[in-house]
Amino acid sequence: MSPVRAARHSITLAWRNLVKFRHTPDQLLDIVLMPIVFVLMFVFLFGNAVSGDWRTYLQFVIPGIAVQALMFATIGSALALNTDLRNGIFDRFRSLPIARSAPLVGHILGDSVKYVLSIVLVFAFGAVLGFRTHGSLTAILSAAGLMLAFAFATSWIATLIGVIARAPETVQALSLVLVFPLTFGSNIFVPTGKLPGWLQTWVKVNPVTQLSDAVRALLLDAPPGRAVAWSLLWTAGIVAVFAPLAVNAYRRWA
Amino acid sequence: MSPAIEAAGLVKRYGETTALAGVDLTVPPGAVYGLLGPNGAGKTTAVRILSTLLRPDSGQARVGGFDVQRQAEQVRRLIGLTGQFAAVDEALTGYENLLLVARLLELPARRAGQRATELLERFGLAEAGGRLVKTYSGGMRRRLDVAASLVGTPSVLFLDEPTTGLDPRSRGDVWDLVRGLVADGTTVLLTTQYLEEADQVSHGICVLDHGRVVETGTPAQLKAKVGGQTVTARPADRGRLADVAAIVADVTGATPAGDRDGSLVSAALPAGTSARTVLAALAGRLETAGIEVAEMGVRLASLDEVFLALTGQLATAEETR
Repeated sequence: MSPVRAARHSITLAWRNLVKFRHTPDQLLDIVLMPIVFVLMFVFLFGNAVSGDWRTYLQFVIPGIAVQALMFATIGSALALNTDLRNGIFDRFRSLPIARSAPLVGHILGDSVKYVLSIVLVFAFGAVLGFRTHGSLTAILSAAGLMLAFAFATSWIATLIGVIARAPETVQALSLVLVFPLTFGSNIFVPTGKLPGWLQTWVKVNPVTQLSDAVRALLLDAPPGRAVAWSLLWTAGIVAVFAPLAVNAYRRWA
Repeated sequence: MSPAIEAAGLVKRYGETTALAGVDLTVPPGAVYGLLGPNGAGKTTAVRILSTLLRPDSGQARVGGFDVQRQAEQVRRLIGLTGQFAAVDEALTGYENLLLVARLLELPARRAGQRATELLERFGLAEAGGRLVKTYSGGMRRRLDVAASLVGTPSVLFLDEPTTGLDPRSRGDVWDLVRGLVADGTTVLLTTQYLEEADQVSHGICVLDHGRVVETGTPAQLKAKVGGQTVTARPADRGRLADVAAIVADVTGATPAGDRDGSLVSAALPAGTSARTVLAALAGRLETAGIEVAEMGVRLASLDEVFLALTGQLATAEETR
């Protein structure tokens, strides 16, 4: 199977997801509401406590919330894939002369619309409340690129969960066990220095921390240190490990 | 000509359960072949292996001359599959479902659209084509499903219980469709629990039970082999049923049975008996006794009778229908 043909099959299958969003836009509701709820909740609940006043906190927390919204969006993808696999249509895909990975890649590509949407919404809502970026256009685009690349990587983890889980409830449970330590055990909401020492050890290696730091640095025009490099490294590492695992699990799934 | 489908010694186990216990199968090109058996006989497992969805634990199978395990991609180019559960996307329209398959088969955009429209028309779904499939009836979904498996004009088509859950009219439509496909040279392997269905459309039948082939042959061969012939007589006056039964028993030397509503007497003809002699004798005895009949004759045993004779159990078809 040539990569060009595999790509063509994946794009066709991504088209299927997009058409479904168009027919039933209500499945995008969680993507629309979650960022708004997250922003309101964290900014006004913790803003004063963490940063002294919520406006300062807003600048700190919005990039992190965008990353968190992405992580939750990937759970939605895992759920959708898990339900989809139960649908007889995957038998049809498997009986067609198409690349074995195409149904999975197509799913991820199709869902990237959701990822873009959730990032845009977090920043748009943040801007309404007063979030301002000081980054150049290049910096903003780089930040968006970093986030989408990371979302692409983590959706391979979500895909693996979606394929191996026997029921949607299992997907939910597994995803939350994974996403909670990653998002809350990071410096998305509280700067690393204010956390207890034992927790800092984990927070510092957490890819979500690295990504949030990188996005903050790019958007707030601060020195990024090694955060950008670490984010890219994590992204590549996650894809290298989980994409083959997911495709393999899908092949065996029957 | 080499067979369209050939399988040898297919075995598939799921833990303790043996779904297939060594199945051999040969289907000549251009034939309709019926895999007949009750629930759990292994029909679906066999179809899933032959359509490259499942790997057998042992045994080999070739479709169109290609090995289903080592040359799966080539096999997939030749086949169409309509599974037991409609493999269509409910959240898409009928047209989009067919377009999706056409695009996956790498038809150019315009040709893909034409093919989708063609098939919608052929399956009486032209008007419903723009509606989401979740609004379709069971029969419409099934037709769309079959249409989707025909997008690539497959030379071998697998139909797994294509008429399960359909009303009699839609079943008749599916049978006509199968006959039409075969007229175009397509090889069809269909599974069914309905004996009537296998009898109606198949050139060859393979009877499966508990993962084993218990018999193969043409419908006529099967009937002749196990059931031979059956003589039947239905008295015009139901009051004379007992008399008719006695005469039939006398003429055939077999124990006659009544049918469900108890108005027809039937008895198996012992091997080597001449049908015309029996009929002549029966007619003579009825004449002498002055009993008029509404119906009388000799026919090949029904597939229900075949199944009972082969597997020692009644086909589940009557219960589940």
